[in-house]
Amino acid sequence: MKTLVIIPALDEEESLPGVLAALRAQTPELDVVVVDDGSKDATASVARNAGVAVVSLPYNLGVGGAMRTGFRYALRLGYERAVQLDADGQHDPTDAVRLLAELDAGADLVVGSRFANNDGHYEVGRTRRAAMRVMRRAVKIVSGREFTDPSSGFRAFSRPMLELFAANYSVDYLADTVEALLTAVRSGMRVVEVPVTMRVRAGGAPSTRNVKLVYHYLRLLVVVVTSVTRRHRRPHEEGSSWSPSPT
Amino acid sequence: MVSKPHLIVGLVSLTSLAFVLRMVRRRQLRAKYSLLWVCVGVGMLFIAIAPGVLDRVAHAMGIDYPPAVYLLVAVAFLLVVVVHFSWELSRLEEKTRTLAEELALLRAGVPAPGNRAES
Repeated sequence: MKTLVIIPALDEEESLPGVLAALRAQTPELDVVVVDDGSKDATASVARNAGVAVVSLPYNLGVGGAMRTGFRYALRLGYERAVQLDADGQHDPTDAVRLLAELDAGADLVVGSRFANNDGHYEVGRTRRAAMRVMRRAVKIVSGREFTDPSSGFRAFSRPMLELFAANYSVDYLADTVEALLTAVRSGMRVVEVPVTMRVRAGGAPSTRNVKLVYHYLRLLVVVVTSVTRRHRRPHEEGSSWSPSPT
Repeated sequence: MVSKPHLIVGLVSLTSLAFVLRMVRRRQLRAKYSLLWVCVGVGMLFIAIAPGVLDRVAHAMGIDYPPAVYLLVAVAFLLVVVVHFSWELSRLEEKTRTLAEELALLRAGVPAPGNRAES
């Protein structure tokens, strides 16, 4: 089955070569696209030199925007499923195979969770941990399901999921992952969590500081609460677009 | 009969009206906004010319201090305008985002989806 690895990347020239090399070594059967989210460094050329496809956004859109671009890329090139993988080396390519196995077992959205089993000691700051707890609670209330790591960016998507997300994907920082999860649940997609181990970042700085983090989580809370009554655009354009139309 | 404050308010209204019309003429303001601000200018001018109207409206609403009615209407109106602009801004951002994504895909040589217009 035609499978695409989507790597959203912002200023990751240091860690990206390692990630791409690991992918080539461990999962050579998967195609890779790096969505360069308006990087100021050599991210795009590093990826191109590694021989993978690169989509360069003209300016920074955030992970959500980069992912939506990746979803559209996947659909237009006829991919059947996709994996989202971080460019900073947190995610292990061999875990990607396990996520894909869940798709084969019938899931539409597979989320790799840092916290699904407690043996992996993933270090998170105190503010982030508290914010994550509030978020988990909110997600549980809204979706009726418990997700141990709703903001995980290590995910696998079935074709129907790609079609839905190409049309509706949150572009707000942090909201992209959580809102996407709620969108999937509300749309009747089968969502599955799989325990994964995440490594400490290979390079670059963590995305945000505390005060900003609290602000972003508050914003996210508004998104989560309002998502209860949201309606989604139907994925008519991206989904069925591949057959050439007669006119 | 024309008091000093009314003269001032009238002048301010006329000036803002002229300003809006000038912007429309130079195509710096879209027609849909020009109508809005022209209406506001005319309304202000009307109140400046005929202050008795405001007094009667205030009386009808049971408000003793007529300027309070004026301020209430002004604040409510401005709130609506600001919320509308936030909405418009979000919509515009979504449009530029979509454009940026399409541009990136085009530059990467990815074919456009069919002939149908993108929503």
